[in-house]
Amino acid sequence: MTRKQRRLVLIGSGLGVLAISVGLVLSALKDSIVFFNSPTDIVEKKVAPGTRVRLGGLVLPGTLQRGDALQVRFEVSDGKTQIPVSYQGILPDLFREGQGVVTEGALEPGGTFKASSVLAKHDENYMPKEVADALKKTGHWKDEYEKAKAGKPGTVKPDVGKAAATTPVADTPKGSVQ
Amino acid sequence: MIPELGHYALVLAFGLALVQAIVPIIGARSRDATLMGVAAPTALAQFGFVAFSFAALAASYVVSDFSVLNVFENSHSMMPLIYKLTSTWGNHEGSMLLWVLILSLFGAMVAVFGRNLPASLKANVLGVQAWIAAAFYLFILMTSNPFMRIAQPPLEGRDLNPILQDMGLAIHPPMLYLGYVGFSITFSFAMAALIEGRIDAAWARWVRPWALAAWMFLTLGISMGSYWAYYELGWGGWWFWDPVENASLMPWIAGTALLHSAVVMEKRDALKVWTVLLAILTFSLSLIGTFLVRSGVLTSVHTFASDPSRGIFILAILTVFIGGALALFAWRASLLRQGGLFAPISREGALVFNNLFLTTACATVFVGTLYPLALDALTGEKISVGAPFFNATFAPLFLPLLLAAPFGPLLAWKRGDLYGAAQRLMWAAGAGLVVVAATFAIMHGGPVLAPFGMGLALYVILGALTDIAERTALWRAPWRTSLQRARGLPRSVWGTAFAHAGLGVCLIGIVCESSWNTERIAALKPGATVDISSYQLTFDGVTQRAGPNYRELLAKFSVRHAGQAETIAVLEPAKRNFPSRNSSTTEAALMTRGVSQLYVSLGEPNEDGSISVRIYHKPFVLLIWLGTLVMVFGGGLSLSDRRLRVGAPKPAKAKRSIEKPSLQPAE
Repeated sequence: MTRKQRRLVLIGSGLGVLAISVGLVLSALKDSIVFFNSPTDIVEKKVAPGTRVRLGGLVLPGTLQRGDALQVRFEVSDGKTQIPVSYQGILPDLFREGQGVVTEGALEPGGTFKASSVLAKHDENYMPKEVADALKKTGHWKDEYEKAKAGKPGTVKPDVGKAAATTPVADTPKGSVQ
Repeated sequence: MIPELGHYALVLAFGLALVQAIVPIIGARSRDATLMGVAAPTALAQFGFVAFSFAALAASYVVSDFSVLNVFENSHSMMPLIYKLTSTWGNHEGSMLLWVLILSLFGAMVAVFGRNLPASLKANVLGVQAWIAAAFYLFILMTSNPFMRIAQPPLEGRDLNPILQDMGLAIHPPMLYLGYVGFSITFSFAMAALIEGRIDAAWARWVRPWALAAWMFLTLGISMGSYWAYYELGWGGWWFWDPVENASLMPWIAGTALLHSAVVMEKRDALKVWTVLLAILTFSLSLIGTFLVRSGVLTSVHTFASDPSRGIFILAILTVFIGGALALFAWRASLLRQGGLFAPISREGALVFNNLFLTTACATVFVGTLYPLALDALTGEKISVGAPFFNATFAPLFLPLLLAAPFGPLLAWKRGDLYGAAQRLMWAAGAGLVVVAATFAIMHGGPVLAPFGMGLALYVILGALTDIAERTALWRAPWRTSLQRARGLPRSVWGTAFAHAGLGVCLIGIVCESSWNTERIAALKPGATVDISSYQLTFDGVTQRAGPNYRELLAKFSVRHAGQAETIAVLEPAKRNFPSRNSSTTEAALMTRGVSQLYVSLGEPNEDGSISVRIYHKPFVLLIWLGTLVMVFGGGLSLSDRRLRVGAPKPAKAKRSIEKPSLQPAE
């Protein structure tokens, strides 16, 4: 083979691998991304039951109920709309009423959101960015969060690497390598 | 006084960095030895001042000087000494200071160990290193000064984020940064080569040890961070495909590719342009990682909202360095001469294959990490890209790599014999198939792909050892001869074998953990028992205990083999509450048997007196991290190879190799 042919082989296989990976990425993006919604979005967009979405907002104070076998129910609100959420499992350490939360799951036909995971951040002042933006959109981004921050000199910084990671608390074994 | 001295030392380091950034490069251009000679002493002095600055901050933490804002926000007088020390870098400002400390450390190391580098190359490398350093000193001084004082010092600090009060903080960030920032050296070498418009095999021989060392630290840093997250976050996951993790994975993949392409360049003087590009990309990805984590675009609204200038500053550094480097590359890369020829089936071809798939895999991680950010910025649509995306893209791209890894070392340079290599790998492949069948038979059930994963892992391990067996004529010659040959093998051959085998070991751990992990979640009352795998756990009750700066709820579990009375272990998972931060952490309890672990973590106590508990049995889980340690060990062997230790050739030899940079003239 001449140098030119060799180079063609190299470039050809490079493009081949690139094409495969683009295909993989596009198909994966179609199937496996999850959209974030506020309770209002869920109602307005008429998200179909069974579609996997993320639901974020504030845990409405006074709505947290614990049942048997680690069953939990609470309502997520963005100040305008409330959506009841059911979840079975252990809630993260920093799950509290009145605080921001992001859950992932799907709507059931009855209108309850069945969460398969509840995400929390390992930081007591944490307000998920998506939730903050959603609250700002509905005009319910309360000054109290700003105040809470202003009240304490300086706010908590995200920390080195790992600790800042969002921790999904899943009740199903998580993704495997297959 | 000490914080002010620290601040002042940092300003001086910035000044020195400016000198180092300009003078040696002018010297290299005008061939002025005196000007070039400025580089090494300034690099050393710079390191000295940053080290002093860092020590000043650490001292403020150790003595709990709450008049320093940074200490007040992230420390507590009751914390154990080790955590006081580690909280120096458990916050944004301090961790940036650690970042520049390591950056200047690497600069100083080039100054010390690079005695036999050609003077102009050394001057240029240290000059480029100083550009990076100056940019980051300025960033710290302008936006993230850790030495800020509070006018009326409070009596007590606000404590360190409880999740960070762990030995992990002592190990993970320094290791990670040594890796991240270590790649700045390869970047500087690449830039210096482009500035000089000249590059040869000797260049690769100087670059490879640095790349190897950085890669080892980065591997350790990621691996230790993963283990830390596994035991600290309380739900037994070890990799979340979280953007912050991806930020460290991307430079790792690119760095791995760089290690391999540097071999081709060193041995065969080929792939020069590509190696230089990879060196630039690897450090660019480190910078992007730093930006993603430190700017707060990913992690929290707070830092970004409180100080957007910070994110913009890093973004500016990013644009200037990555854009500048790539522009210089585009302008000067054509000066680098083409190297040796090789057939597609050859050792070089195999390493190109490796590079092709690694960089593509890296690109998919890049897309998955940044796509949500881009989409949010462009359309306001918020999405999350999680494990399913990466399993569907990253895993298929890694599969060919794993299949091909054992072939590489068996192929000859220039023109290899694929059929011969395949024949030699028959044993490994056969053993892999046996494992597939055996796993199917034993486990019947579980994910269909898992047995294939196990077979692949064994094939990778045995394939890596096949190279050693071939070279020592194992089984064919008397074992005494084989032993002698094994002793005579270059360490880099052993290094390759260990690093590749480590990959297989790691894969076994990943497959087992994700396929045959058992999990029980239950609300338990004292006296209740839970069966998991072959163990039985009895919940004996809870006790309260006070720690230095927290209170903890301790649950006691005794573990027995199912059906036996004898207690083999007592596990005490805990829930810690930190009043100073009004937050709590979960401390999981682990029982290790062989390389498998039993993992117990607590949920919240319920009103009826029961407590929620999460119990996992994770078979072979420790292999995930042991595999990475084997990889690092392989890297270490390779680093200690005579070829790299004697390393850069002696000046006389270097001159010769520069005079005739490439043995094979371009066509």
